[in-house]
Amino acid sequence: MAWEIVIGLETHTQLSTQTKIFSGSSTRYGALPNTQANAVDLALPGSLPVMNRAAVERAIRLGLAVGATIAPRSIFARKNYFYPDSPKNYQISQFEIPVVQGGSISFFVGDQEKTINLTRAHLEEDAGKSMHDDFIGPHGESSTGIDLNRAGTPLLEIVSEPEMRSAAEAVAYAKALHSLVMWLGICDGNMQEGSFRIDANVSVRPVGQEAFGTRCEIKNVNSFKFLERAIQYEVRRQIELIEDGGRVVQETRLYDSDRDETRSMRSKEDSHDYRYFPDPDLPPLVIAQDWIESVRQTMPELPTALRARFIAEFGLTPVDAAQLSISRALAAYFESVNATLPSGQAKLVANWIMGEVSATLNREEKDITESPVSAAALAALLTRIIDGTISNKIARDVFASMWAGELGGNPDAIIEAKGLTQISDSGAISAMVDAVLADHPAIVAEYRAGKQKAFNSLVGQIMKAAKGKANPQQVNDLLKAKLDS
Amino acid sequence: MSNALKLYPSISALSQALAQHQLSATELAQDCLANIAAQSALNAFVHVDAALTLDQARQADALLAAGNGNILTGLPIAHKDVFVTQGWRSTAGSNMLKHYISPFDATVVHQLRAAGCVTLGKLNCDEFAMGSGNKHSVFGPTHNPWDTTAVPGGSSGASAAAVAAKLVIAATGTDTGGSVRQPAALCGVSGIKPTYGAVSRYGMIAYGSSLDQAGPLASSALDLVDLLDVMSGFDNKDSTSAEHCKDVPNAPGRIRAEFNRADSGFSSNANQPLKGLRIGVPKEFFGEGLSNDVAHAIEVALQQFEKLGAQRVDISLPRTELSIPAYYVIAPAEASSNLSRYDGVRYGHRSASYSDLEDMTARSRAEGFGSEVKRRILIGTYVLSHGYYDAYYLQAQRLRRMIVDDFQAALTQHCDVIMGPVTPTVAQAIEQNHNDPTADWLADIYTLGLNLAGLPGMSIPCGFGPGASGKPLPIGLQIIGNYFDEGRLLAVAHQFQQVTDWHQRVAGQT
Repeated sequence: MAWEIVIGLETHTQLSTQTKIFSGSSTRYGALPNTQANAVDLALPGSLPVMNRAAVERAIRLGLAVGATIAPRSIFARKNYFYPDSPKNYQISQFEIPVVQGGSISFFVGDQEKTINLTRAHLEEDAGKSMHDDFIGPHGESSTGIDLNRAGTPLLEIVSEPEMRSAAEAVAYAKALHSLVMWLGICDGNMQEGSFRIDANVSVRPVGQEAFGTRCEIKNVNSFKFLERAIQYEVRRQIELIEDGGRVVQETRLYDSDRDETRSMRSKEDSHDYRYFPDPDLPPLVIAQDWIESVRQTMPELPTALRARFIAEFGLTPVDAAQLSISRALAAYFESVNATLPSGQAKLVANWIMGEVSATLNREEKDITESPVSAAALAALLTRIIDGTISNKIARDVFASMWAGELGGNPDAIIEAKGLTQISDSGAISAMVDAVLADHPAIVAEYRAGKQKAFNSLVGQIMKAAKGKANPQQVNDLLKAKLDS
Repeated sequence: MSNALKLYPSISALSQALAQHQLSATELAQDCLANIAAQSALNAFVHVDAALTLDQARQADALLAAGNGNILTGLPIAHKDVFVTQGWRSTAGSNMLKHYISPFDATVVHQLRAAGCVTLGKLNCDEFAMGSGNKHSVFGPTHNPWDTTAVPGGSSGASAAAVAAKLVIAATGTDTGGSVRQPAALCGVSGIKPTYGAVSRYGMIAYGSSLDQAGPLASSALDLVDLLDVMSGFDNKDSTSAEHCKDVPNAPGRIRAEFNRADSGFSSNANQPLKGLRIGVPKEFFGEGLSNDVAHAIEVALQQFEKLGAQRVDISLPRTELSIPAYYVIAPAEASSNLSRYDGVRYGHRSASYSDLEDMTARSRAEGFGSEVKRRILIGTYVLSHGYYDAYYLQAQRLRRMIVDDFQAALTQHCDVIMGPVTPTVAQAIEQNHNDPTADWLADIYTLGLNLAGLPGMSIPCGFGPGASGKPLPIGLQIIGNYFDEGRLLAVAHQFQQVTDWHQRVAGQT
């Protein structure tokens, strides 16, 4: 039987505020345990929550970016459950009326554009951390410690509709969302530190069936690679289970990256009754239109708008435009290089950034902001391709030298020092062509007999003789002229 | 000195005596500490620390000596033990918090301290403010100074008892369903519950967050003006605190200004000061269950108001009876969630033996909470549970809105203030209802609606009736106003207290 995969993602995005969502404690990561927990975070008797407007502003930014409705009035609710790293033993969240409603995110999977609708995004507070493994109690016994530094860190939980149909789509969506929240400056995107945590709801159904299959929720996946593997494993598990005559049980599962499998954490039967009710300590969150407008004024150009502009202004393909707008820094790098060059070179710039530059960055696990080759330096290199000083191929060697920091990363100095200047003297090239034709009469005969491949072979011989420095266009032209004369 | 508070029975008299150096704040504090010790059988105080108190008294004396005192400087007060205090323990009358000391002061505590009041200690109360007889406290019951076999009311029972027994000039209380007005009535003192949002809840150990409001208890309406004036004000640490009261900023000085405006209006007509004031008398407050003594005292008081020129209007608050089920769903629901933080993990009682984390929390709570608290947590958990939420919690919220509408219809169309009894009877014997814990709940019928609506209301003494032991026990008159009408309510009460002396009667001296 053919199966269709159905995936919806819930993403916990830590908002990049200075202080917590309901208290004035710092949200800085990595401080000594419990040094960033005040009376509110510790849930001391008599303490009360006060909403942090900076967290709301970040929710508004996301809402505007995804074309969602910003609720003029949303409600904070208490989600009641006992857990020692949840100091109040309830989490302040939003339940019935979330702050961001609807919206969508578009991205490319390969060269296919895909749009996923969002259900909602709601504000809530993070929990603290239980330290089970490396905590020693006051009497040297193994014990459980609690660090409440993270308790009360603002989260925006972004919930997608179950519209993804493959692990690859889910990963593409997650990457697009990840780059969007960083683009908007509402989240630092640091997945190792837990700033961007993904839960995946996965189910399968026979192709053509309308009703959803029973879903499982895979919790707290903290890398895109693990997300893909976890979904792939889970899909396989569910299909095998059903094909063996079994039944998927609705449950929460954890992905174990060491064993590359998902494991049952708790079933629906032992799921909590959270006893949600509106938090009487917090009045409804009212967002007036003028607040939304003032946030709109500070919004950067959005990736979708930038993509459209790159296509219209520079004639880029949608796929190229999408790749170049993966982050604000990369887009800015592209625009900066492009601005220095004569018009009509955007394709060359795009190819270089997505080719040589991105490949080298990926290989060294670096971000564009860490590139040793600046936009200005790359522009200087590309200028030498455009004016015919060097060929594209030679330029790659020069780029490698620039990356390594040779001669201050100056392309002209490198070309000069290594004698890489292209031979464009038609007399010199003509002599080389004549010499090769004289040395390879057999290949010339093949060409004359109608074998086009023979032409390329001759070009190769000429370039070899020129040590790659002959202007390829001139070589082509002269060779063709001499052969066909 | 025998008892300075009997010699100077009002804030103005005592304040004048301090300002004129007839006695020092330190002498006054020592006198109060001695009286508290002498009256320990009342079981009003749960924590006294003479050194802390005398330190504050010395600071007050320094201010007074420099001529920098104000009306409250050096005045001896005490706080209900649901306000957290630096220094004194903050227990909420619970084994759970029996040894808990807060690292910060409640906003109300801070405001009164900043005004120069001297804290005498912490006052007993029903555990987490749940109760109406001060019987549900880990420290045992507080006794009514008028008859020690009777309850002082609750949950601010010891606050009322301490004022009635002249242990302090005033006390703070909290009122979630009548917990200021009811003990004030049963102990023959004056007490006010302000409009929800007028006084900060920061540092008040929460019971029912949407209902809880702090208020002062003292000997007269005039004294309440001085106290409430510094207690009320917007607090950015409490998101439910009001920034504005109608058109006026919620800030210290508001109550005094509104009281003065109303009072000078009343005083301009010396013979009929309350002429034009329409007093709504809800028929539902005079139905079955109201004792003859209370009904009679209220009737006499209403006639007194008519003599002052007020007009009596019959009104109806048809949902009065339904305020009991509405309250006993909403308050426990909020309480069940508010009290879940007491788990033995970070502070408070932790069981000595347990098998695992879940067991630690379960045992700590089982040992830490008393039966009335457990009862309300169970009810609250039940009414919020899946499948019952709509039938109970949402239904109660609908009732709540209808109760709000009833009050608004009365206060905007028919009358300026509403008057009636606070309690159906005088104070019950401490032993009463021992086997029927929910019977006490029915006696809250006249006070609950106000909290559900968030309105201000007060209780002032208006007579006496015989208690179970035959001794005369005080009766309170309830005066209810519209939102942020505290100043005017106090001015109306003050008119009554100028022509009556119920508020001047002293326990043990009738």
